[in-house]
Amino acid sequence: MLNRQGRPTTPGETVASAPDSFSGNRALAIEEGLIFEIGRVDTTGVDIEVPPSFAARLGKLARRAPLGLPGLSEPETMRHYVRLSQKNYGIDTGLFPLGSCTMKHNPRLNEGMARLPGFGDIHPLQPLSTVPGAVALIAELARWLRELTGMAVVAMTPKAGAHGELCGMMAIKAALAARREHRSVVLVPESAHGTNPATAALLGYRVVSVPARADGTVDAEEIRKRLSSDVAAIMLTNPNTCGLFERDVVAIAEAVHAAGAYFYADGANFNAIVGKVRPGDLGVDAMHINLHKTFSTPHGGGGPGAGPVALSAALAPFLPLPYTIVDAHSIGYVEHAGRPAQPVADRSMVSSLSAAQADRSGDAGSAGGVAPPAAPQAADRADAGAKPLGRMCAFHGQMGMYVRALAYMLSHGSDGMRQASEDAVLNANYVRNSLADLMSAPFGDQLCMHEALFDDHWLEGTGITTLDFAKAMIDEGYHPMTIYFPLVVHGAMLIEPTESESKESLDRFIASLRKLAAAARGGEVARFREAPRYAPRRRLDETKAAREPRLRWTAAQERQQAAE
Amino acid sequence: MRYLPLTDADRKAMLGKIGVTNTDALFATVPKDKLLGSLLDLPKGKSELAVERSMGRLAAQNTPAGSVPFFVGAGAYKHHLPASVDHLIQRSEFLTSYTPYQPEIAQGTLQYLFEFQSQVGQLTHMEVANASMYDGSTAAAEAVLMAHRLSKRRRALLAGNLHPHYRETIATVSSMSGDEILAAPPAPAGSEELAHLIDNTVSCVVVQTPDFYGHLHDLNALAERAHAVGALLIAVFTEVVSLGAIEPPGAMGADIVVGEGQSIGNALSFGGPYVGLFATRQKYLRQMPGRLCGETVDKEGRRGFVLTLSTREQHIRREKATSNICTNSGLCVLAFTIHMSLLGEAGLRRLALLNHANAVALAELLVKVPGVELLNETFFNEFTIRVPGKAADVIERLAAKGVLGGVPVSRLEPDRAELADLIVVAATEVNTEEDRVAYAKALREVLEC
Repeated sequence: MLNRQGRPTTPGETVASAPDSFSGNRALAIEEGLIFEIGRVDTTGVDIEVPPSFAARLGKLARRAPLGLPGLSEPETMRHYVRLSQKNYGIDTGLFPLGSCTMKHNPRLNEGMARLPGFGDIHPLQPLSTVPGAVALIAELARWLRELTGMAVVAMTPKAGAHGELCGMMAIKAALAARREHRSVVLVPESAHGTNPATAALLGYRVVSVPARADGTVDAEEIRKRLSSDVAAIMLTNPNTCGLFERDVVAIAEAVHAAGAYFYADGANFNAIVGKVRPGDLGVDAMHINLHKTFSTPHGGGGPGAGPVALSAALAPFLPLPYTIVDAHSIGYVEHAGRPAQPVADRSMVSSLSAAQADRSGDAGSAGGVAPPAAPQAADRADAGAKPLGRMCAFHGQMGMYVRALAYMLSHGSDGMRQASEDAVLNANYVRNSLADLMSAPFGDQLCMHEALFDDHWLEGTGITTLDFAKAMIDEGYHPMTIYFPLVVHGAMLIEPTESESKESLDRFIASLRKLAAAARGGEVARFREAPRYAPRRRLDETKAAREPRLRWTAAQERQQAAE
Repeated sequence: MRYLPLTDADRKAMLGKIGVTNTDALFATVPKDKLLGSLLDLPKGKSELAVERSMGRLAAQNTPAGSVPFFVGAGAYKHHLPASVDHLIQRSEFLTSYTPYQPEIAQGTLQYLFEFQSQVGQLTHMEVANASMYDGSTAAAEAVLMAHRLSKRRRALLAGNLHPHYRETIATVSSMSGDEILAAPPAPAGSEELAHLIDNTVSCVVVQTPDFYGHLHDLNALAERAHAVGALLIAVFTEVVSLGAIEPPGAMGADIVVGEGQSIGNALSFGGPYVGLFATRQKYLRQMPGRLCGETVDKEGRRGFVLTLSTREQHIRREKATSNICTNSGLCVLAFTIHMSLLGEAGLRRLALLNHANAVALAELLVKVPGVELLNETFFNEFTIRVPGKAADVIERLAAKGVLGGVPVSRLEPDRAELADLIVVAATEVNTEEDRVAYAKALREVLEC
């Protein structure tokens, strides 16, 4: 069909094999060179005034080494990075069931709050008298985290989960040293994240593995067998990386404490239990909280994270510097060991955040609710006897992440966070239940927490691997689940849909996976081995990358390319 | 709840499909007596408007750097951020993605990591850089651990003019890992003799340039001395813009170069999140901590990028890994890379020149204030002044006059009375002539009364 200007208004007949484009581009998928290939050293996208001549004070140290940094004008920069962004899959693109990573929705309100000049444009070392709202926010977030974990204090400064682990394990080591004990062993279940043994080793501990029993959980008896006066701690993830709640956790905690050791909990999977059960009530002594997972400060392509650590009363004296102290009226800040807290803010500053009343519209039953009597305002910590660890990092930790996490918590409230955990667990079980007849679960048909674990037993004999299956999901428009982790399960596929998915979205996902599973069982090997076909890149040669490491652009490389 | 798509009808239908009667059944493995029966003592959810309102009130209690004449540095710097940077890093595909475990659909992240590693290599004049650490201070602590592994020694020598927070961060890890540190006393006047402390028991010398007090250092002699006894030279910087004007550590014999990258692309944000830069020599690659992005080809021979050399990392090597780091500073890396691509060599050199010029102009004004002494012969955009009386009081009184005039050294070194009259002052491109005049005037008034 043609319109009156001669413009075709319906597509013509399909030609059997479409030729490749001349450019290598595929419509919206546009090939993009490195900044070093498209930029020019004499171009800049920032107008900067040239100062009047002056007598420099650089001594003999003015830069002589070449810089060789290419620049682009602003429109070119926009295009370069927008094109790169289009080669990425994010939560906003589609379902992102990466197990153990809690890829939930990132509210944009939180981005806006972090960019308020009063939070985003304040310097860590400007006088404390000019940043009372910042210190008050840190204290308030610590209060929420204490309440959610049921623990005595929260070390706020660790910069990511692994840094939090380091902080928690250092507190344990310091507590043992204060008892004049030297213990050399840390127990770590085989299913643990790699950061657990790496952290223990960094502190000089010998790691002893604990196997799981047939149902995927740790047996308190296996722990007891390994406990001795040489064991410093156990590092246990709960819910564990198989997506299961450690049902012996209370017995494990009791056994660990009876042996004079401490209980470190990896909080990576906290999203399953927020508002449902408190780690402190289970006997945990230290647990890091990944703010970028559970409290949705964005994952940002691999960080930044934030890893505050909740500590039990036994470990509270070893809280690292700096920390807040809250009493009935004021909020103080301690930046140095052995020095009194500097009063920074009045408690009333956070009262509007603390008032236990709902003002979410349509929240029947609590509209206009009266605030309950103020909770006992215990000090953040008993400062007497404080033996702070020292600093985990410069300044005050990840303030930008604190703001986002608190905005998340205020938005959800105690009711919304509990609902979020319930929905996360419900969604995971719905997916598990809907796939259980086609795929195999390593620990039998049992309920899971917030993530569903499958293995590759069901693929045996098909010639298709877990990796192939994951890559085929890419072609269907999904980010694959976590694969080959936990290590204890062969060909593991760990699916964490999070509470952010609607039932309709889950139904589409399940339907896609069922079709893929049926295709795999039906022997459609090419569909899987050749996948992904439609991504910006086909499968990449990881062996070549490791054998011939090329980790940066170099001038020599450019010369070589020019010669070719 | 606006973020939760499930309806009660959905929940009911889904529970039915799973074959349980209610949500509690999903939590059956949690010990019954530990399951919370009611909501925690925290407020209920709030609308977006209500959250904006209450958080806005809290933010309004703070004095933003951009609202006053501002001269605070000492490890974090107020720079102008081009609007396009913040716009680009909020693209959903960057903001809401994660560590590129599936490279075919993460080429955006991987390519900017490769660009970042290349830019850091050029800036520091080093052979290889990783995909970032948490910040400068933790990068410094990791560098010391790496030097211990390489030298098989466990004693680090820290220069006295290393940023005190960096010293303390290294000290915390060292005291807990059973390693030793030898920290030289601060030398605020700038000349520091370290060579005599270096012997064959030392794994590394950690030295900062520009140092905490602003002085610039030629590292060549120190590097030679360290290498002569089998120790490594670790060079630290906290102001990455300085590398647009001063000789990079890689050209002065450094073996590991670490620094804070906040100045390029990243907001002050009260100290974090920032981005740690980490670069070293090719021969030390296998002992490097953190993620590395490498170039390769896909099945059709097209260039692509992947995370590589992971056999150093915790998710593969577990207790034998070179570091426990996992999540790093992805989005801050992106902000750095975009801002650096906008600047280019021409822009960075000009930015560095303007920073230096503004600092020189400020120093010239401040030394004219009676009683003020400048401690620096050399500096980039930051220097140290001695004032009569307690520096912390002077800074508070300046703040009361609406000028944020720098960092009293006592804020970081409260136990050293000899440093109580020192202020570290920074100037960047954001400062105007009016700002500088306002500072000098306020300082004169404060010191007179």
